[in-house]
Amino acid sequence: MFAFIVRRIAQAIIVMLIISFIGFAIKQSFGDPVREITGVSVSAAEREKIRDELGLNDPFMVQFGRFMQGAVKGDIGRSFFYKKSALEVILSKAPATLELVMCSALIIVIFSIPLGIYSAIRPKALFSRFVMGGSIVGVSIPVFLTAILMIYIFSVELHWLPSYGRGETVNIGGWRTGFLTVDGWRHLIMPSIALSSIMLPLFIRLIRSEMMEVLENDYIKYAWAKGLMPKRVWIVHAFKNTLLPVITVGGVQLGTMIAFTILTETVFQWQGMGFMFIEAVERGDAPLMVAYLVVVGLIFVVVNTVVDVIYGLVNPQVRITGQK
Amino acid sequence: MKRLLLFLALVAILSLGLAGCSAEKKEEAPAKKETTETAPAAAGKTLKLAMDADPVSLDPHVQLSGGMLQYSHMVFDPLVRWAKDGSFEPRLAESWERIDDKTMRFHLRKGVKFHSGNPFTAEDVVWTINRLKTSADYKGLFEPFLPAKAVDANTVDVITKEPYGLLLNMATYIFPMDSKFYSGKDESGQPKDAIVKTGPSFANVNESGTGKYTVAEREQGVRVVFKAFPEYWDKAGNVDTIILTPIKNDATRVAALLSGDVDFIMPVPPQDLKRVKSTEGLQLVTMSGSRIITFQLNQKRQKPFQNPKVRQAIVYATDNTGIVNKVMKGFATVACQQGPEGFAGYNAELKPRYDLEKAKQLMKEAGYENGFECTMIAPNNRYVNDEKIAEAFVSMLGKIGIKVNLKTMPKAQYWDQFDAQVADIQMIGWHPDTEDSANYTEFLLMCINKETGYGQYNSGNYCNQEVDSLVIGSQTETDLTKRNAMLQKVEKILYDEAAFVPLHWQNLSWASKTGMNTEEICNVQNFPYFGDLVIK
Repeated sequence: MFAFIVRRIAQAIIVMLIISFIGFAIKQSFGDPVREITGVSVSAAEREKIRDELGLNDPFMVQFGRFMQGAVKGDIGRSFFYKKSALEVILSKAPATLELVMCSALIIVIFSIPLGIYSAIRPKALFSRFVMGGSIVGVSIPVFLTAILMIYIFSVELHWLPSYGRGETVNIGGWRTGFLTVDGWRHLIMPSIALSSIMLPLFIRLIRSEMMEVLENDYIKYAWAKGLMPKRVWIVHAFKNTLLPVITVGGVQLGTMIAFTILTETVFQWQGMGFMFIEAVERGDAPLMVAYLVVVGLIFVVVNTVVDVIYGLVNPQVRITGQK
Repeated sequence: MKRLLLFLALVAILSLGLAGCSAEKKEEAPAKKETTETAPAAAGKTLKLAMDADPVSLDPHVQLSGGMLQYSHMVFDPLVRWAKDGSFEPRLAESWERIDDKTMRFHLRKGVKFHSGNPFTAEDVVWTINRLKTSADYKGLFEPFLPAKAVDANTVDVITKEPYGLLLNMATYIFPMDSKFYSGKDESGQPKDAIVKTGPSFANVNESGTGKYTVAEREQGVRVVFKAFPEYWDKAGNVDTIILTPIKNDATRVAALLSGDVDFIMPVPPQDLKRVKSTEGLQLVTMSGSRIITFQLNQKRQKPFQNPKVRQAIVYATDNTGIVNKVMKGFATVACQQGPEGFAGYNAELKPRYDLEKAKQLMKEAGYENGFECTMIAPNNRYVNDEKIAEAFVSMLGKIGIKVNLKTMPKAQYWDQFDAQVADIQMIGWHPDTEDSANYTEFLLMCINKETGYGQYNSGNYCNQEVDSLVIGSQTETDLTKRNAMLQKVEKILYDEAAFVPLHWQNLSWASKTGMNTEEICNVQNFPYFGDLVIK
């Protein structure tokens, strides 16, 4: 087990190195940050001077080397726009994204498990068909469209919910949370629904199909034959074994969720990391872009590693086959 | 179930751990903590304002951009400012007179205080002009200026190297800063007056101006809270608190206004103008602006473009009225010259020319009856509907046999390509920082000169000595009638030679709830004077 964990961590480090290299390489083609921080009438010579000062004229490998030197010390560059360290900016934006992801994850867990189980147990029931039909629709509507439709209905037409931002936040030791105010919760409703709209159908279908497969197994038939309570068969015997693949997919999808926050946050002006990234791209704020890619890469890698390790703990017989 | 919880708990711990690594967050404190509210809070009105961007810094000299100037007008006050009719309104300068052809004497308002409590004097004006001359962005505009001289505490002489007709235009950019407040060194040992574009500096996070508002709270990119300065000299407006939220996404910004979450937005995207106008309880203000959108025809890359007939044919084939009506939904003003009406060089004789038959005729005369192929680039997120305009233009040129291969890209990549002149036709929009006609030509159409910086954005490589000498002559001409005639002549030459393809001037737009004097505070420079805003 120990050897396995060490191996996974070594892999994770290699992946991180590759991510930072690629992130750094594409930053070169993202255009010229100096344009974004100077007025139009600034002379070419002045711009060149600023580029020199920022070290943007150095060869690629020199810049990458400088970046790696900093990264080892935990400094992954300085944002041009925010005028402070990129990591600081990202960490100040992280709470917003994490709260949003947490709420969406909660919505997904609360709804997908009962709905998935029900539609597996009663595949022919009208309600199950309705859920399945609905989930196809849910998967096919893009997040930003769901978001815009919701804003239109609930904010513009009905004036029930606020249309943008996080509302009132409370600062607890550097973590700005919207969980502690009514206003914060009201602002959280639509974005978290929009964000979960993509994943929820996926999980319902996943749980359903896994569960149906499990229900075909001999040991379940045996349980029925023993005359166990239906609830016990479904929840204890069947659902428990459905969970394994769901956890794996869940881990991977959590990363995807963080990526999807980009769309949701942009539409709702939700001040999180995704929104920050899009703005950094538009502004050509290269150091911040690279830093974001590295941080998100890190989240992916850590989550996947943790999931694999948990998987190994839960089910030692499983052959781990690297990254999903 | 337990395992799922375990997993979720792990994720939660991980994320907490991530957040825990964050360095202690420094709250960006305003220059001056609000001490006492002099007026009872009951009288104060609050304005929730949404713009497409927020000020990038609290230092007015860090960047010359619309957003920074809008900020400067809130927190600082200029010597003079633009009035609606294009004249100059006294602000910190109560009056001014020419002493000789290179000197303008400003008599300053007495008893004005900075937010720090320091009195405002002529020395601050001198100090500010010196600082402008060191700012990368303002250096060029203040090139004609020598250091100013303080005559006494309330009188200052602003001196130029040569006679300069645009001195007052430039005085609208002189927002005196508190020289005492910005002198000395900050905690890190950096001088407080350092202008730092990409790193921390004292001036980036502290301000002390004479403007109506102080910055009470600021989280960059999220929100800025402005509070009225109790000792401000001008009592025109009645708004005590302004909460500025940058909302970049057009649809979100409009939704915020329609749902009542904000009171005032700028700009309003063209596709939503009708909706805002027809909504009960909202008002829309629009104005023709001075940002011209043009295409430049590169004569170095494409031989046919050297022939004035071909260039004229392209202008005749361009239905810019159609583009304004269909693509811009009427939210722009058709242009046939660079400067709009009201500008010095505006030549009323020039009319838009769209005539497809004539265009074909001209192509025939030039010997290109069968047309030719060329390339073109345009940005897709810089100007209003830029990509659609470019596509419309391509199909129009198709009608006279010119096959255009268009490539569009985001602005972050566009300008490098533009400078490198990678295509035969390139799109560029221009709004003169000087609010004056000559500035268009200096940057877009004068012969390229690396030494002087003229023609910095002249990717058409158009070069005409007569135009150059007229524009250079206009810089030192202080007799405005003569100067206007020179600049009008320039517009005429450019028109006749079809030096560029004019499309339109973008309109400006603001929308707010009814019951405030939005119309009065908005202007063609797009610096709404929020200090004068009255909410009923």
